[in-house]
Amino acid sequence: MPISFRVNGKEHTLDVEEDMPLLWALRDELGLTGTKFGCGIAACGACTVQVDGMAMRSCSVPVSYADGSDITTIEGLAATHGAEEGGLSPLQQAWIERQVPQCGYCQSGMLMAVDALLKDNPQPSDDEIGQAITNICRCGSYPRVVAAIRDVTRA
Amino acid sequence: MAFDLKKPTRRQMLIGGGLAGGALLIGVAVSGPSRRDREDEIAAEGGERFVITWLKISPDNVTTVYVPHSDMGQGPITALAMMAAEEMDADWNLVRAEQAPAEPEFANESLGLFITKGRTAPDMLAGAAETLWYNVAKFMSMQITGGSMAVRYTGQHGMRIAGAAAKEMLVKAAAARWDCSTGDCEVRESIVYRKGKNQSATFGELVADAAEYSPSAAPTLKTPDQYRIVGKPTKRFDVPGKVDGTARYGLDARPEGLVYAALRQSPVFGGKVKRYDASEILKRRGVKQVVELPVGVAVIADNFWRAKEAAAALDIEFDDGGNGGVSSASIFEGHEKALTGESTEDKETGDAEGALKNAARVIEASYRVPYLAHATMEPMNCTVWVHDDKAEVWVGNQDPLGTRARIAEMTGVDYDNVKVHPMLLGGGFGRRIPYRAGFSEFPSEIDYAAMIAREVDAPVQLVYTREDDMRHDAYRIAVANRMKAGLDADGNPVAWQNRYVYKDEPAEAPHIPYAVENQSIRYVDNPTSVPRGPWRSVAHTQHTFFNESFMDELAHEAGRDPYDFRMALLKDKPRHRAVLRLAAEKAGYGGTLREGHAFGLAVQQSFETIVAEVLEVSLDEDNRPRVHKVTCAVDCGRVVNPDTAEAQVQSAVIYGLTAALYGQITIEGGAVAQGNFPDYPMVKIAETPVIETHFIDSGAAMGGLGEPGTPPVAPALANAIFKLTGKRIRELPMSIHDLSPASGKFAQAAD
Ligand code: FES
Ligand code: FES
Repeated sequence: MPISFRVNGKEHTLDVEEDMPLLWALRDELGLTGTKFGCGIAACGACTVQVDGMAMRSCSVPVSYADGSDITTIEGLAATHGAEEGGLSPLQQAWIERQVPQCGYCQSGMLMAVDALLKDNPQPSDDEIGQAITNICRCGSYPRVVAAIRDVTRA
Repeated sequence: MAFDLKKPTRRQMLIGGGLAGGALLIGVAVSGPSRRDREDEIAAEGGERFVITWLKISPDNVTTVYVPHSDMGQGPITALAMMAAEEMDADWNLVRAEQAPAEPEFANESLGLFITKGRTAPDMLAGAAETLWYNVAKFMSMQITGGSMAVRYTGQHGMRIAGAAAKEMLVKAAAARWDCSTGDCEVRESIVYRKGKNQSATFGELVADAAEYSPSAAPTLKTPDQYRIVGKPTKRFDVPGKVDGTARYGLDARPEGLVYAALRQSPVFGGKVKRYDASEILKRRGVKQVVELPVGVAVIADNFWRAKEAAAALDIEFDDGGNGGVSSASIFEGHEKALTGESTEDKETGDAEGALKNAARVIEASYRVPYLAHATMEPMNCTVWVHDDKAEVWVGNQDPLGTRARIAEMTGVDYDNVKVHPMLLGGGFGRRIPYRAGFSEFPSEIDYAAMIAREVDAPVQLVYTREDDMRHDAYRIAVANRMKAGLDADGNPVAWQNRYVYKDEPAEAPHIPYAVENQSIRYVDNPTSVPRGPWRSVAHTQHTFFNESFMDELAHEAGRDPYDFRMALLKDKPRHRAVLRLAAEKAGYGGTLREGHAFGLAVQQSFETIVAEVLEVSLDEDNRPRVHKVTCAVDCGRVVNPDTAEAQVQSAVIYGLTAALYGQITIEGGAVAQGNFPDYPMVKIAETPVIETHFIDSGAAMGGLGEPGTPPVAPALANAIFKLTGKRIRELPMSIHDLSPASGKFAQAAD
């Protein structure tokens, strides 16, 4: 059964197994490599995308679940904030200002998760950030993740 | 393994590549043993050279610095470019930096220096030395990024000289054009000015003329008071691509026609395939073929998920190679036995045996640390395409040039026909190296990818699942030791005895900076079937835990404050004293703390950098340690980019904290028991302490920064736990200990 969804505003129809995780549909079928594989079991957050605005760990979402939905990946994050082609969202800009990424591998997922949190809760407390953002960053960029969030929430 | 190398002539030499495509190219090379003919072609005169740096100045006035190191996120590419730009007096906005391609011209001289400075080869290379292609000469030219050496060797010996020489050539060209002396010229922001005259020319306008001059082998270098770029927080080149999804890691290589490989490997180290039947899985959608490897079977499919699902479903049996009975318990049993037997000298001074006999008090303790996985965020992967007698490789790792040689060896393709496309690394920490000790038993993912690619008629991307990655790592070794120290009647240590398992790199890691007259440090070995490899800061991780915890035990036994006790024993180590004092001061050590909080501290020198850390710790309602604040003082000689320097220390602290709190890989039935993050937990945002970093600009020889923040964390934490609970933690991680007051196991009475 073909599965259809929009990714970053673009319509896609895929003829794949219903239980293929969304992550692998994005990466290996659609070639959108900005979304990363870290654990495959919803334990690290590297694969976080937004499905109808909600942060989801795409390694553990069957592609059939996303049928008919609007998916945003890191490649389309800026556009959801009205940025022009090649532009950035305020959060992404804060990430550069604060020099958050080290190896950078976790940061797509980190940004997608934080972006979703701030939509829900524009002024999260430190505890709320800690509870909501459970993404793993093996490089330990956490202090700067929090600092960059603060730059945006204070602005 | 020690390599007996003759010292190559360390004469540094510049070679002006002259004009290439209208741009001025300048390289720094050093003399060294011969490896390939290519270097001879490049060298301006006879003999062999290893080019370690290229600078390119284009007519549009852009300077590009080619950096022979991988960037694992610690910013060496930016830092090294800063060093070159500083000496050139370049306009930083016109500077670009790129990782050098994996060509011998970009061989990493710094590793050669590292070895020829009389040290032994990093252990990670020991196994590689046994392989055929690999000889000492080749050894000199690896682009290894490890041992925290990028800035302190490549930067100091390559980048600065290339930058300064380029400036001299450009100034000569300007002076000739204006018919004045070079002393009449000055350089600011990539422009040469004639002093007192209204004349100027950009670097770009001068490149053609400058190419006529030969670069000086000993250009004048700037003094630190003249620095405008080095020492200023500078944004990294690689960051923008890491926030918009365009950064491409090894896993993101997508050559045309790519297929994916998943492995089904023997879980037991040293195990082999006994039998398998692929007929069922070959019927699955997208599955193309299987490739048998010595240790397992690779399943090739058109989508990684299909490949890994099929691999998991494969009907296969392994034999355990006789290692099925190996466990963490049996390994530690072997360690304990070895520790009572013959030992080999590491360091002996004075007469420890005699001093222990005459000591007023003798204190004994034994320590243990478990295996640790690296768990880089990006699981291991490697993409190889073998076609028309050529091989192409897409991989992010710490040694692209070594990878190239390894792929040549494994695919049988001529070295010159192997092309490596260096990709970004999703974390390294010592894991992303194409060789490891005991190679023959434990090939790496690079080897597997090459073996698979030989059999597949398309580019093939081998991907490790997280479970593959965690169960087939090259681990920080699990080791144990026995400590014995003697105190005199006044509580001063007079003897220090340490018997430990396994002499690892760097050689000085087991040694202490403290003035104890009689020391006997010796080691034993107890080889196991578990692959080992360098892990962020290598042997410093275990030895700093042993030494700095035991030092704390001695302080308490002597009835002295651990800070004062250390300071007294560091009387001949001014740099150690300075970092310790600064960390203690900034942390408010000795002042009053919140009820239920305690300080613990530790200090260690590693990779020429000295780090002291003071941890403020409490126990939460479930009696689990909670670290509130880590105050670090760091003396790395000089900081090139304060912004990345701070980030690296934070990173190293969190890496060390994760290991101290939770990190343990255990062996059961010859295999790793853990498989994914729930079994091998990580510190996340909620548990991240405030981390304060203070640098001391001592002007000493530059030290590394990627690793030295890690070793002090575990002992400082254990020392704080002792203060809080009276329990001496002698085995990591913390999570295996019951710290509740009711547990009542008082290993050492608190003062
Ligand atoms: S890859 Fe999906 S949460 Fe880790
Ligand atoms: S930046 Fe490397 S894992 Fe987060």
